[in-house]
Amino acid sequence: MQYTIRRLFSLIPVMLIVSIIVFLIVHLTPGNPAYLILGEDSSQESIEQLEIQLGLDKPLVIQFFSWLGNVLTGDLGQSVYSSEPVSQIIIDHLGPTFSLMVIALVLTLLIAIPTAIFVVWKRNTVLDPTFISISLLGVSIPEFWFAMLLVLCFGVAIPIFPVAGYIPFAEGALNWFYHLILPAFVLAAVEIGLVARMLRDGMLESVNQDYTRTAKAKGLKERIVLIKHVFFNALIPTTTVIGTTVAGLLGGTVIIETMFTIPGIGQLLIDSIYRRDYPVIQGVILFIAAVYVLVNLLVDLLYAVLDPRIRYD
Amino acid sequence: MFKSKRNLLAAGVLILLIIATATVSLWLTFPPSHIDPNERLLSPSGKHWFGTDHFGRDVFGLTIVAARVTLFVGGVVAFLSTALGTITGLIAGYYKKAEFIIMRIIDGMLAFPALLLALALVAALGGSVTNIIIALTFAFWPVMTRIVRSAVLQVNNIQYIEAAKTTGTGDVVILFRYILPNVLSPIIVQGTFIFAKAILAEAALSFLGVGVDPSTPTWGTMLQESQVYITIAPWFSVFPGLAIVITVLSLNMLGDGLRDAFDPHKKNQKKKIKTPFKNKKQKYA
Repeated sequence: MQYTIRRLFSLIPVMLIVSIIVFLIVHLTPGNPAYLILGEDSSQESIEQLEIQLGLDKPLVIQFFSWLGNVLTGDLGQSVYSSEPVSQIIIDHLGPTFSLMVIALVLTLLIAIPTAIFVVWKRNTVLDPTFISISLLGVSIPEFWFAMLLVLCFGVAIPIFPVAGYIPFAEGALNWFYHLILPAFVLAAVEIGLVARMLRDGMLESVNQDYTRTAKAKGLKERIVLIKHVFFNALIPTTTVIGTTVAGLLGGTVIIETMFTIPGIGQLLIDSIYRRDYPVIQGVILFIAAVYVLVNLLVDLLYAVLDPRIRYD
Repeated sequence: MFKSKRNLLAAGVLILLIIATATVSLWLTFPPSHIDPNERLLSPSGKHWFGTDHFGRDVFGLTIVAARVTLFVGGVVAFLSTALGTITGLIAGYYKKAEFIIMRIIDGMLAFPALLLALALVAALGGSVTNIIIALTFAFWPVMTRIVRSAVLQVNNIQYIEAAKTTGTGDVVILFRYILPNVLSPIIVQGTFIFAKAILAEAALSFLGVGVDPSTPTWGTMLQESQVYITIAPWFSVFPGLAIVITVLSLNMLGDGLRDAFDPHKKNQKKKIKTPFKNKKQKYA
């Protein structure tokens, strides 16, 4: 309990730094944001008007605190492009991104866990170095290029998967899944290698532990020892990887959503960058960082539950 | 043996690539400036090894020339992130007071997925080679700081460093002459990985159209241009992508190999894995 409270308090400085960074990113922009938004032909008057609307005429520190105050009350400002509130725009784009990430995360775990167990089971064969090479290859392939190749294979040469678009879950679960499977697989590809490698390393470490030897000495079958004693002990440190996996997936969605025209947070970010819609850019990045921080918090708390030795210090 | 051969291969590929890009003007038959409207989107042949693009340019030549910018960006980002991360990491690990402030800032920066942080920065600064380098350095150095700091904390209490402190050796000397050499191996390994990640990130940013100016050939901008022609001229997409994969894979292999080579603990572990019960048998034998 004490751990939970202290861990919660540690969020405050992190989120403060996060908000400062998000705020400064937009104010780093060389030149006047109002000028950039309105374009070169705009009149001096309309620029000044927009500056007042955006609060750009006040000192930076004041701007920051008034912005932070708004953010804390859930007001992320208004889109310069569509005049809608930014928080509403983000909520509207959440569904596709959430669907994509859930499928990708499930795919990652479904493929990575059995692979790691199998590799450790056959650890003295050529399978192990082969596995390491493949997982290295996995992190070396650019996601968007892999997506292009898959689209070429399964969208053009053998057209069995749709290569663009998104069907909401409410309009049919099967169709929803069918449209997301290819992008989710591309998104998961990198993470599968990372998670499987991490699990393998963890399992190989517990293979040499005393409890494993005892279990073997009891006469348990290799398979049972691997799953009951080795795998579950390796699973605990691997939960931390889920945090980084989510970060990887969040970064990846930007590329994958743009390529497969899925109207999620990632595509919203890219579109807003093209439109120079700074309030939306700011809102999306802050939102993603907050989600990532929260996921890491949950992972840490879960870790403490799974492994009672973990204490805050 | 297998491991070291693989490292040799990875290093060889990288050296070959660097030599090829450095001497490109001496031997390239079809420089990227060579535009031939009659030879648009030709498939690979003896004349054009990798085929031609939509302007009739030789894709092989383009790929080699693009390597120059890509490797430059990756290399500079790796160097700058390593330098910044090492200095901040040394300070954070050595001075207790500075540690709190530095690590809070680093925690905050690590709360962003690296690619997104870079994307937001490039969006704010505008796309150019310099801005890409700034954005990627900013995105990648926090990880280095964290790694260097924890390495410093491990050697901080070793006796000879205590001894140096008591004899009144200056902090700068202790940091750079006694501590730095002891934490060098994780720095080199991580630097290699940052090089690899920076190449991937630059390609992704350029592909999304927010990175390097499209007229500058990099592997990312080539892939972006090729996307439209993927069904009629797949070679235009396949070869620059393969170039990225081979380069990044070589860097990752090298980093992986260096990590094992530097880590004596890992070496012992490897032996144990192969024969888990060897010690026991020896005891009774």
